[in-house]
Amino acid sequence: MREMHVCEFRDLGRAGYAEALAIQKDLVGQRKRGLIPDQLLIVEHPHVITLGRNGHRENLLASEEVLRRAGIEFHDSDRGGDITYHGPGQIVGYPIFDLREWKRDVVAYVRAVELVIIDALAEFGIQAGRLEGCTGVWVNGRKVAAIGVHISRWVTSHGFALNHKTDLKYFQYIVPCGITKPVTSMEELGSYAWRDDVVAALTRQFARHFQFDLLSRDREDAVSSLTETIS
Amino acid sequence: MTDVVMPQMGESIVEGTLTKWLKKAGEHVERDEPLFEISTDKVDTEIPSPAAGVLKEVLVEEGKTVAISTVVGRIEEGAGNGASAPAPAAAKQAPAAPPPAAAAPSASTPAPKAAESNAQPEPPVAEPPGQAASQPPAAAAQADGDSQTGALSPLVRKMAREYGIDLRQVKGTGGGGRITKQDLESYMSAQGARTMAQAGAPAPPQAAAPAAPAPAPPTASQTRPASPAPSAPMPRAEAPRARVEPMSTMRTKIAEHMILSKRTSAHVTTVHKTDMTKIAKMRERHKGEFQQRYGYSLTYLPFVIAAAVEAIRAYPIVNASIEGNNIIYQNEINIGIAVALENGLIVPVIRNADEKNVTGLQRAIVDLSTRARSRQLKPDEVQGGTFSITNFGSFGSVFATPIINQPQVAILGVGSVEKIPVVVDDAIAIRSVAYLALTFDHRLIDGSVADQYTGKVKSILENWSEEVL
Repeated sequence: MREMHVCEFRDLGRAGYAEALAIQKDLVGQRKRGLIPDQLLIVEHPHVITLGRNGHRENLLASEEVLRRAGIEFHDSDRGGDITYHGPGQIVGYPIFDLREWKRDVVAYVRAVELVIIDALAEFGIQAGRLEGCTGVWVNGRKVAAIGVHISRWVTSHGFALNHKTDLKYFQYIVPCGITKPVTSMEELGSYAWRDDVVAALTRQFARHFQFDLLSRDREDAVSSLTETIS
Repeated sequence: MTDVVMPQMGESIVEGTLTKWLKKAGEHVERDEPLFEISTDKVDTEIPSPAAGVLKEVLVEEGKTVAISTVVGRIEEGAGNGASAPAPAAAKQAPAAPPPAAAAPSASTPAPKAAESNAQPEPPVAEPPGQAASQPPAAAAQADGDSQTGALSPLVRKMAREYGIDLRQVKGTGGGGRITKQDLESYMSAQGARTMAQAGAPAPPQAAAPAAPAPAPPTASQTRPASPAPSAPMPRAEAPRARVEPMSTMRTKIAEHMILSKRTSAHVTTVHKTDMTKIAKMRERHKGEFQQRYGYSLTYLPFVIAAAVEAIRAYPIVNASIEGNNIIYQNEINIGIAVALENGLIVPVIRNADEKNVTGLQRAIVDLSTRARSRQLKPDEVQGGTFSITNFGSFGSVFATPIINQPQVAILGVGSVEKIPVVVDDAIAIRSVAYLALTFDHRLIDGSVADQYTGKVKSILENWSEEVL
């Protein structure tokens, strides 16, 4: 039997930012100690705006009071990148990979995550690509997925946010990632794909580009959409 | 002193932005403890300290972008190590720090070597091949003058290198304090283009570091600091509520195939209620004799296959496939039969099913499913199907919405045959009824055609007259 490079996959479904962060941190700790294989968390957050460690608060265009009234949480985050919005209809992915087992190259990692999303979108007929100097995934000058990563001891955390059916009006509160370029979503681009199918495409592309075998974990509390689609 | 350098975080990476010092000058740091953070292309990375000791000098301020291998700070090995450390360092050592017995191996390592390997996030492992070669000595990195804010244009970088200018001495007037060519020229004319040798360490040495250095780890490089304080426990952390098991090859194949099909075809399922009473009665009549004569029982399935095949003759598009923008009408009618295995399923094919009668079909079903379960099918016996039938009714399902077996365009699902009360000519009668579910590819087959086809199958079954024996 060939040696398997395994990545465990969990779809947490709807989970608060803080809750998902706690789960993520716990897994990162375990990953650093080599107790668990690579992990891929997929989650959908309620409305939340997060500011990266090197973000600029001036890219938040509303007061915290306004956000509170709009039902939007605000969080500081230790990921790279500037400010971003997460919310319902967005597919957020937190890959917790030990890059020593893949490639010790943080830029190659970010490029690979971009490629995963680009190839997953292609499965739904969306031609996405990169924009030189602007990390993320873009369609005709509009950003469909944002990327922000934190790395400690070559273990990655945070990740990407793909606008699937995101209500784009929530981006009005921020200058996404500090770049004054418009955002878009799969829905706006004319795709009516189901969340489960998009998640399945993403996991499939992750497995392809990072060359691991995906194991779905904990069906009860983190139902794998992949398994669901099959059954 | 151990030099702390900007690490190379990937092959193509030539510089990094030091975003945050996690320790202040004069503070004690453990080997491998996060010392500073860098940012490259939306990735923030914590860099562990290459040595245990006191952060003596901070040479690159937060927010500055410097070339890889640039010395960003210096650590005075905290182990004290009076015996082997150079005299000046020992002299500066706070008296409160007694040299522990076991000296950190890195303390006696020559500085340039330490600079090469220690600032990597994972010290015990070797460098990426490219780096050692491209690694300039620490001094050269300094003179390179890259320790400057913002993105420098290649021209400015080149000029600074050629003229030996320490860019920290140059005031930038470009956007965001960026140094322009003009800035360099005016600086050079003011300085007479003389080489700036003095680097000017911004951080005054803090001789009386309050923190006593911790004893060096007893084993060389293996000691890592305890991982971060346990955060909020995961809800499922207490007991293993799940078991992890890799998928079998068959399961992987099934998974791929199912997803591929869902992605390929526009699945629609139509369900027709079918009165199987005539066939049920005939089956009842011949059951014993059939079993006696052939050695296996007579089921509903061969009737359904026979009906499906006959209906295909009327609606051949159900037996087609799609290639690009072409419709491929198959001349053969090869019916795939889904067979449940202990841990998966397989779809062996009854070739030229239109040439077989009910008895022949039943025999083929028994033969293929028996060999499928004992894994004795030949490869060509699971290939070449043009239409499939799945008999989930045998597991009690009334009706289901099967997934098309690619590259086919339709699959017929047979629900369980149950006796139910139905209204026949305004009277209530007991009838054996089954639901026939046809999943079809709406790209090729319109709903009306699908219903005409399924209606035809239903009609053949409901009006069955041919005796089997």
